[in-house]
Amino acid sequence: MTDQSVDASKRWFLTKTASIMGAVGTALAAAPFVSSMQPSAKAQAAGAPVEVDIGKLEVGQKITVMWRGKPVWVLRRGPEELKALGQIEDKLRDPASDESDQPPPTKNQSRALKPEFLVALAVCTHLGCAPTYRPELAPADLGPDWVGGFFCPCHGSKFDLAGRVYKGVPAPKNLEIPPHHYLSDTRLVIGVNEGEA
Amino acid sequence: MAGEKTKSLLAWVDERLPVSSFWKEHLAGYYAPKNFNFLYFFGSLALLVLVIQIVTGIFLAMNYKPDANLAFDSIEYIMRDVSWGWLIRYMHSTGASLFFVVVYLHMFRALFYGSFKKPRELVWLFGMFIFLLLMAEAFMGYLLPWGQMSYWGAQVIISLFGAIPVVGEQLALLIRGDYVVADATLNRFFALHVSAIPLALLGLVVFHLAALHTVGSNNPDGVEIKANKDANGIPRDGIPFHPYYTVKDLFVASVFLLVFSFIIFYTPDFGGYFLEHPNFEPANPMKTPEHIAPVWYFTPFYSVLRAVPDKLGGVVAMGASIALLFLLPWLDRCPVKSIRYRSGVFKLALTLLVVAFIGLGILGTKPVTTTTTILARLFAGTYFLFFLSLPFYSRSEKTTALPERLTAAVIPLAERKGWLWDLVRFLLCRVQKTELYNRVNSQLTVLCVKLKQICCKTKS
Repeated sequence: MTDQSVDASKRWFLTKTASIMGAVGTALAAAPFVSSMQPSAKAQAAGAPVEVDIGKLEVGQKITVMWRGKPVWVLRRGPEELKALGQIEDKLRDPASDESDQPPPTKNQSRALKPEFLVALAVCTHLGCAPTYRPELAPADLGPDWVGGFFCPCHGSKFDLAGRVYKGVPAPKNLEIPPHHYLSDTRLVIGVNEGEA
Repeated sequence: MAGEKTKSLLAWVDERLPVSSFWKEHLAGYYAPKNFNFLYFFGSLALLVLVIQIVTGIFLAMNYKPDANLAFDSIEYIMRDVSWGWLIRYMHSTGASLFFVVVYLHMFRALFYGSFKKPRELVWLFGMFIFLLLMAEAFMGYLLPWGQMSYWGAQVIISLFGAIPVVGEQLALLIRGDYVVADATLNRFFALHVSAIPLALLGLVVFHLAALHTVGSNNPDGVEIKANKDANGIPRDGIPFHPYYTVKDLFVASVFLLVFSFIIFYTPDFGGYFLEHPNFEPANPMKTPEHIAPVWYFTPFYSVLRAVPDKLGGVVAMGASIALLFLLPWLDRCPVKSIRYRSGVFKLALTLLVVAFIGLGILGTKPVTTTTTILARLFAGTYFLFFLSLPFYSRSEKTTALPERLTAAVIPLAERKGWLWDLVRFLLCRVQKTELYNRVNSQLTVLCVKLKQICCKTKS
């Protein structure tokens, strides 16, 4: 038989500390489950650079290579296309690529190391569809002002031939330029910038 | 003798498990309003479809392989080589679409008769969570066949999370488990689709029904039957759920299964709406299909997303179009529940909402053009206007007097009031006077008599 009265403040303290420790324990126990959902070591290791031969690429021609599971375009542009880049800048959302992702040396009008070759991720910055290459001038569906570029069929985002996004479309940024550099005039490496390991 | 034995067995069980009291509380002794009409079928139909989906899903999982290299072929294997595999798969894919048909009509019923209002706010909230989980379940299930539309649909929807400021990209990575939609994504979606979400769904269904049986069902008149009880404490306008509504629901279930079977056997892809044609091509991460559209039941919300020419703005608008539904019990401040006694303003607003919702749904299946964008903005505006204007006019709405007792399940045309019904009656009257109507009518009567003579044994 105990005739001691209940120590309410002690109960309060014990209940609260036990609850807090329980919550901390639950959070710690949840951590391994949540991190198991992160990309695995195998998925992280799959990002090896890709080497591309661009010697046979002709003006206006585009090839698509796979890097990290994503399609990357290599497009060879002629002098006319490069000239057109300067003429439509008032229609673009981010003509100087200030808010877009690219290696620093490609932050220029043609968004390329060599103006002739555009190397860009073929992943729309809106919701990740692959835009289509629409080099023709003024096609019926894109209107008379179209000077060639990329069109995303999912939600109608438009990009110029340097992957710069137009105004008034849902994509917020220019197409991403992946790290890349040239080993020689005809050999291109996608995945590593010049001078990186 | 046998009766005695069953009785004693039941008594033995009842001492250990509340079987009889459960039966009484939720079926034989659950009093539902006597004037349920056809809009009240869709709740029990939803339960039926849930059972169909779970059973067919279990059998599909026996032959499906959640692996990016094997998934597409394993579906073809189910379709061609597994005995009756095609039937089970079509039941599952058709069931998914019909689930949304049934749930959308069930939700519309709630809007129509004010079933979401006090005291049924929790019933509505649990229902909305079921709807949300159902969308997640359908979305994850759609990735499993690993076709072109599976892949690119998932790519687009997961990218939506990427639009959330600060944590978005990390969250999208956590959902995918890879830098692109890949094997890891497929594998985890399978796990969620077959275990986590169905379990949560079943739990929520229990809560939805428990909350409903606590407050009692609403009815087409929107007056509480519990307010008028007889000497035994039984609502005067209530009838026991079993046998009255169980029999009614069984009849409806058979009609539903007829439609279900027709689709499965004659048009399982439903013209590309239930199973989209690009999904008969294996997933190709290098090439987006020319035209991406989600399955029809997502298109209204997808249209809202596309109507906004801004990445974050679009995602916010789409989220809001669903979130506003959750708030409905507090947005609508009119004390009258049923549309029968509400003002013309609300009737017009609800009509516009339905038109906007269907309009958005149709536009969501079409490619983007200037015209469709303008229309989608118009419909999206109408959709939002319904919810945002509701708190302002609903409190001071001009409602008509509520009845003391329940009225008819469906009000006869002759008794309906208002210029709209006057017009309907007038037009019907004109039609009935035409020669064509009389000819068709008399031929139908003859046909009916003939059918009766063929089918019925007793000749009258």
